[in-house]
Order: sequence, then structure tokens, then C-alpha cells
Amino acid sequence: MDYEAVIGLETHVQLNTLSKIFCSAGTTFGEDPNNLIDPLTFGLPGALPVVNKRVIDSAILLGLGLNCQIRKFNRFARKHYFYPDLPKGYQISQSDEPICEHGRVTIEDNGTSRTIGITRIHMEEDAGKSIHDARTNSSLVDLNRAGVPLLEIVSQPDIRNAVEAGLYLKVIRQIVRWLGISDGNMEEGSLRCDANISLRPVGQLKFGTRAEIKNINSFKYVEKAIEYEIARQLKILKEGGTVIQETRLFNSETETTHEMRGKEGAADYRYFADPDLPPVVIEESWIQKIRQTMPVLPSEKKLELINTHKLTEYDAEVLTTEREFSDYFDAVFKVCKDAKLSCNWITSELFGALKKLHIDFSNNPISSEVLGELIKLIKEEVISGKMAKTIFEILIENPSKKIQEIIKEKGLKLISDPEEIRVLVNEVFKNNADNLKKFLDGNNKLHGFFVGQVLKLSAGNAKPELVNQIITEELKKIK
Amino acid sequence: MFINKSIKELRKGIKQKDFSKKEIADFYLSRIKKFNNLNAFSHIHPINEKDLNNSDISSDTLSGIPVALKDNILSRNNPATACSKILDGFIAPYDATVTSKLKSSGAILIGNNNMDEFAMGSSSENSSLGNVLNPWDLNKVPGGSSGGGAAAVAARLIPVALGTDTGGSVRQPASFCGIVGLKPTYGRNSRYGVIAYASSLDQVGVMTNSVEDCALVSEIIAGFDPLDSTSVDVPIPNFSSTLGKDIKGLRIGIPKEYFIKELNTEIDTSIRTALSELEKLGATLVEISLPHTEYAVATYYIIAPAEAASNLSRYDGIRYGKRSKDTEDLFDLYCKTRTEGFGTEVKRRILIGTYVLSEGYFDAYYIKAQKVRTLVANDFKEVFENQCDIIACPTAPTTAFNLGEKCNDPISMYLNDIFTIPTNLAGLPAMSIPCGFDSNNMPIGLQLIGKAWDEETIFKTAYLYEQTHDWHKRIPKGFE
Repeated sequence: MDYEAVIGLETHVQLNTLSKIFCSAGTTFGEDPNNLIDPLTFGLPGALPVVNKRVIDSAILLGLGLNCQIRKFNRFARKHYFYPDLPKGYQISQSDEPICEHGRVTIEDNGTSRTIGITRIHMEEDAGKSIHDARTNSSLVDLNRAGVPLLEIVSQPDIRNAVEAGLYLKVIRQIVRWLGISDGNMEEGSLRCDANISLRPVGQLKFGTRAEIKNINSFKYVEKAIEYEIARQLKILKEGGTVIQETRLFNSETETTHEMRGKEGAADYRYFADPDLPPVVIEESWIQKIRQTMPVLPSEKKLELINTHKLTEYDAEVLTTEREFSDYFDAVFKVCKDAKLSCNWITSELFGALKKLHIDFSNNPISSEVLGELIKLIKEEVISGKMAKTIFEILIENPSKKIQEIIKEKGLKLISDPEEIRVLVNEVFKNNADNLKKFLDGNNKLHGFFVGQVLKLSAGNAKPELVNQIITEELKKIK
Repeated sequence: MFINKSIKELRKGIKQKDFSKKEIADFYLSRIKKFNNLNAFSHIHPINEKDLNNSDISSDTLSGIPVALKDNILSRNNPATACSKILDGFIAPYDATVTSKLKSSGAILIGNNNMDEFAMGSSSENSSLGNVLNPWDLNKVPGGSSGGGAAAVAARLIPVALGTDTGGSVRQPASFCGIVGLKPTYGRNSRYGVIAYASSLDQVGVMTNSVEDCALVSEIIAGFDPLDSTSVDVPIPNFSSTLGKDIKGLRIGIPKEYFIKELNTEIDTSIRTALSELEKLGATLVEISLPHTEYAVATYYIIAPAEAASNLSRYDGIRYGKRSKDTEDLFDLYCKTRTEGFGTEVKRRILIGTYVLSEGYFDAYYIKAQKVRTLVANDFKEVFENQCDIIACPTAPTTAFNLGEKCNDPISMYLNDIFTIPTNLAGLPAMSIPCGFDSNNMPIGLQLIGKAWDEETIFKTAYLYEQTHDWHKRIPKGFE
């Protein structure tokens, strides 16, 4: 019997708000333990939550970005369980009334695209971190992360294999970064993912028994964990066994999943509406206001680059991996009005140089105006592409230098005066009488030699096409 | 020399240098010490001498006025344990909003009052510090849960005490101790820094000897607080300006469901006498019906424990307060700490609350209770829209009962709040004021229930009524 995998992902996106979801404590990553706490974060008696409006804004923005319906009447619910890194003994989350529902996102794999449904997005607070020290047999709690806002995105079980899961997660990461609501950094935990996986015979509609895989903390491991889990379940089913519904943990060292010991079982979280937080009513005007701040989404931007700017699919893809790339491209294009050149200069020269120098794009020293200006000079044939590269290399080291300054210092002016070139051509002819004779006798291969000599004599500044043209003209005269 | 002096009189005396702030504080501190047999205080705050050694009353209404806080209201650097062992050793690192309002108004915070653990109780017998005595009869309870504050105000150990009222915890002890106690409209006062019992019902209230003092302090602690999402942004009221205004034509609703057979006949008589006094003052009495009254107690005992079980989850022995020793693992630490830290009544309510929120029972109990809560609230809405401007009724069905009398009968204890609980469910303001004494010389309380945000009508009515008698000026024997 052939089986197919049915996969749904629960993605936790940590928002990049300055303060926590229900209090004014800060959210900086990497602070000393327990530095970002206040009465609420610490779960002190009498502390009360107040919703951070930015979190609602972000949830609406993501909801719109993922084509969701936005709920008007929103309530927060308490989810109860005891753990030292959960200071109040409950997590403030949303239960059966999530802020966003019924969305979808498109993933593309080698030209074929698939739509993955989004069941819901809800707002909640993160827990703190527990650190277990086996050496001293003690546990330590850091509450810096407790109360950091999260959006949990629950996909429909529309994903069919590990590759699709990876693509889905990449699209989610791209969108949250694009919208500017999260840095989507899996290593720092600002993007986390649990996978629900089940297998069923091909053609069967009913879902099989699922296992939930937790603790997947990198893009690489998403695929590894799913591949392993599919193989594990397939083996069980092929051998006539049954898959148990359970939570499993992914072990990144062995790249396998194993059952989570203890806890869970039939956890009863006793959800109920948080009486400390009145309902948040989202009027249409609020949604409209957020909609107005909505950038063109990466998928639309990509189409625009292909259709309007005639870039290749690949180039468009590269430029839309990050919104800052795409914004930078737009800005460069605005100055030079040449999409192809802009794209080439950004994706090969600039990206190459940044990579070589280990500079993050966010610290890119070349402003879009400068790069646009440089490309414009090439286009207007004031300088050659080669000269531009020379200028670019100087600029990346000394970003404060002016292009015109460099041109002057290095004498990088393209010679485009025919008469000036004619003088050079005749000088080369004079200095290479032998080759000129051979050339006149019909050795056409020597044409290139003369072009090279003239360019050399001009120190590379002569415009090659013009050199070509004038050599031909002068030869005609001699003949 | 300060007994029965109003806040205004004390203020005037300080201004005229008849006496000093320090003399007032010392007077009350010595009385607290002298009458510590009442067990009304859980903690005495160290007082900054600087706050006492001046006669500055500038614009601060409560300059030099001693105030006590219920032990569940946080004041920075002082203990706040809600009289629970689980908060043993907890020192508040911040001020509740009501506390900081009192401080900036010049009040001298003298100490914390004893109470039922986590405000769960109607007799102040559920305190980790032992029970409070009623100054009118030392064999009787002062009511609860704000029993320490009520007993202290009645015995003139303090002129003002702040309590909290979730199901009657300010009004019922006020009634039992013969003082004035107001539970304002839900959302009127900030709950920030007040140890939560049941968040959707809790409200801080003021206990004093007179309606005027109650108005002065109530308007100081009122107001929207950005730190409490359930506080409401309405204009800060001026309660004192309504005092002395007439009540001619005021329609007073008398709910027939509150005059039940369980109601003590002496209370019945006393309330009816008070009603006729109000009639003489120009009010009209209207019989009304609040048909869902009988379901209020049952509804309360689902909603309040559910919220309490959740609110008390944070007391886990991890970060502050008590932590049991010699525990084997995390689970054991939680179990032992909570088993040793919580008292019987608190455990009972945590269990009830956990049960009603459990999967499979949630709809049948919690959701159903929420629906009934709406019906109870609608009862009030209905009569206030069509029949009356204020409601008058007894505060409690009995006067103070004997110590230990109801300890082993939680249901009978719960039923003592039968007349106070409905207003908490509906979020309405209500006040208990003295309206006489029974044959055992125990105080009786008249309850006035107002429309939402209409404490003014309550104050106006209560003040005029108070002028017709001197019960509020009587001092328990032995405390003169």
C-alpha cells in the first residue's frame, strides 16, 4: 500500500516590539538573566496585564498578509499549567477566538505552486527559560523571555512532504520579515515550529493518527525531523503496527525524534476568558489603517519585477528574499532607470563584496543613490563597466568618497571624442608598422590586436566601440 | 481626644495647630497596641517621622490622617500576605495604585488589617494570623473578609480602613461592626497592586465611621488607571459635594426577594424603620422584584472560585513567599508548598474552581454561571431603568454571629452574603450604613445599592439618613 504524509505546522513568531505583550518590560535578546522583569513578568501578587497595541497591529498586519479574516471581537484566555518558567501559573493566549482565521499562503517549488491554508493566527505571551544544571543538580529560571509577544500561526494539514514544509516555513519567515514584525531568526528562537505529522493510504480522506514534533530549531532540522518522522511512521504501518498519538521531541544530534517522557498525557489547560483583560474590539477603521501601511508583498513584488522590469524569475526571486533588497533595488532603479543593470550590480557586485567583507546588508555602506549614480554613468557612457568596478571597490572601502572625486583622481574618464581616439589609432599604426602591413595583406585577426593596443595606449579609457569604429575608418583611408 | 473627629475636623485641628499629625498617629498607634486583643492588625508600618513632623495640609485632603490597608493591598517595602502562610515573608516591592493615591494625598499608612485568607470568608476566621474579634461583643465575629479593618474602625483604632469587596467583604463586616462601608462600581478603583481573589468581582472599598469620611477617601482612591485594563476612564467623581443635597422625589426600590424568612426579624424591623425615615426625608418607596436573586450565591460560588483557582496559581513556591523544605522534585515542591501554604477554605475554593473549569464541566458550570450572572445584572438594569433610582435592603440576613458558629458549615457561611453578592455580580456600587442595633446590642446595616457609576445618589441618601440618628457615633463598650 502506498502512503502519503499529511503535515500541519504550528509556527511561533516572536514579535519585535520594544516592550512585552502585557507590560512595559523590555524585550532585548541576550540581556543578562532576569534583567527584563517587572511585577507582571515576575508574577507578583497584584500585577495586572495591559495589552500592547503594537501586538494587535502586528497580528492584523500578518493576518492581512496571509489573506485572513480579522476577528472584530477579540478575547484573551488563560491557559493553565504549572512550570517554573511560567510565572503566573497560566499563559495568556487566545483560545477559540483567535484574531485571524481562514487564511492562505502560496509556496512555489520549481515553478509549480501550491496553496497552504492558514487555520488561525493567535496572540499569546512567551514563557521564560529554564536551565537545568546537571552538575549541581539545580534548575535556574530566566524570565527575560516571559511575556515577549508571540503570534502562533497554525497551518491547515495541507503540507505533503518535508520539502513543502521547508518552503512553507521560508515563506512565513520571508513574510514576517517583509512586514517588519519579526526578525524570523530561528537560531535565536524568534521563529519556532512544531510539526503535526500523520500518514494515510493514498486516496483515503480520513487522517491517520498524528504525532506532534517539538523542539525543531532550524530550517535544516524542519526537513530532517519530518523526513525521519515520516519514515518512522511508515515503518510502523508497513509492519502492521499503529501509530500512537503523542508529542515527540526532535534531537538535532541524532536527527531523530523520540517520545517526550512524563508530562502532557491528557493535559487540561482549563482555558477561560482572562477577567483582567476586557475584549479588544477591532473596528474596520483599525484594519483599514493597518492596510494602508501594508507594503507590496514579496509574491506580488516578484511578479512586478518579472513583468514590469523584465527581470528573470531567478533575479526576481533573489531580490524579493528580503524587503530591504527589494526596497534597495527600487531606490537604485529610481536613480538610474535601468532594471537589468541595477539587478546585476546589486546581486553580483554588491552582494559579492558584502559577503567577502562579512558585512550584513543592513550595514551596506553603498547608498542606493550612489549605486544608482554609478550605474547611470555607465549607461550614459561616461565611464565603462570596468571603471565602474574600480570606483565601486574604492567606494566600498571609503563610502564617504564622491564618485566624481574618484573619477578625477584616477583619471577614469571614458574617451569618447573620435578625434582624440583617431590620434591614438594612428600612433599605434605607426608603432606597429609590421603588423599593419600584415593586416593590410588580409590578416583580419590582427584587428583585435590593434583595438587592444589602442585601449592600452589610452590606459583603458577609450570607449571600445569607438576604437573599433575608428580603426576600421583609418584602415579604409590607408587602403 | 481624636475619637469621632471627622477627617475635616482633624485637618482643621492640624491646620490650627490644636494638635499635630504626630499626636494623631501616636494616639491611634497606642490604641492599636492597647486593643491588640481584637487581632485587627496583621502588621504595623514603620512611619517616616518626616511625614508627621509638619503641619502642612496644603491641598492634600488626607494630610496626617491615619489609614490602614487590608493585608491584600500592596504598599512598597511593607508585608502584604493576604493573611496567607503562602505569602510568608513577602514584602511588596511596589505600591498598589490606591496606596500611591493615598500617599500622595498625605495619608499616614499605619498598618495592615487582618482578614480572611485571600479574602475568602465572611467571618475573618480564615486568617493565618487567627480570627478577629468584634468590638461590640468579643465572642462574635466581625464579619469578613475585611473584618480586621471593620473591627479597627468600629473600635476607633483607625479612622479609615481600605478593604476589598468581592461578594460583600466590605459591606458585611461594616454591617456587623456598625460602620460605613462602600463597594464602588466595578472599574471605579484600580485593582493594580491588590492581591486578586476574583478579578471580575474584586473592588477596593473604604470603611469609615461616617458617610462624609467615606466620601472624602472614596473620591481620592477613585479613577482610571492605565495599569488596570478593567478600570474605566470616567470622570473622577466629587462625592462630597453631594452631601447635604435633598432626596425629595427619590424613588427607593425595596426588593421583595431580600425580605425572606431567613431574615432576622429584628433586622427586618430595623430596616423598615430606616425606610420610613427615608420616606420622611422625601423619598418614595417602591416595591420591586429582582427575580434571579436566589441564584446569585450559587453563581458566585462558581465564578469566584474559578477565577480564584487561576489567580492563585502563581503561588507556587518558586519566586517568593513560602517554599516547603525537603522536597523531592518539582511536583513535590508544588504539592507540599501549596498544601502547607493554603488554608482549608482557600483549598476548597481552588478545588471548586479547578473543577468547574475542567474539560467536560466548563459549559455546565462556568458558562452557565456567566449566563445567570447576566440575568442577575439584567434584574438590576430593569428596575433602575423603569422603577427606581436606588435600592434599599438589609446588608446581611443576620447580625454578627458567634465565633466558630459557622466554621464547619460553609454553606450557611456562604449564605450570609446572600444580599451583597448580587451587586458584585452586577458590578454595581453599594454601601452599608448603620441603621440600629438588635436586642443583643449588635449593629445592623442598611444597604443602599446604586446604578452603575452613581455612587453620588448613594452618598446623598446615606448622608441624609445618617443625620437622623447617632448610631454611627456610638462606641463599643470598653473602647471609649
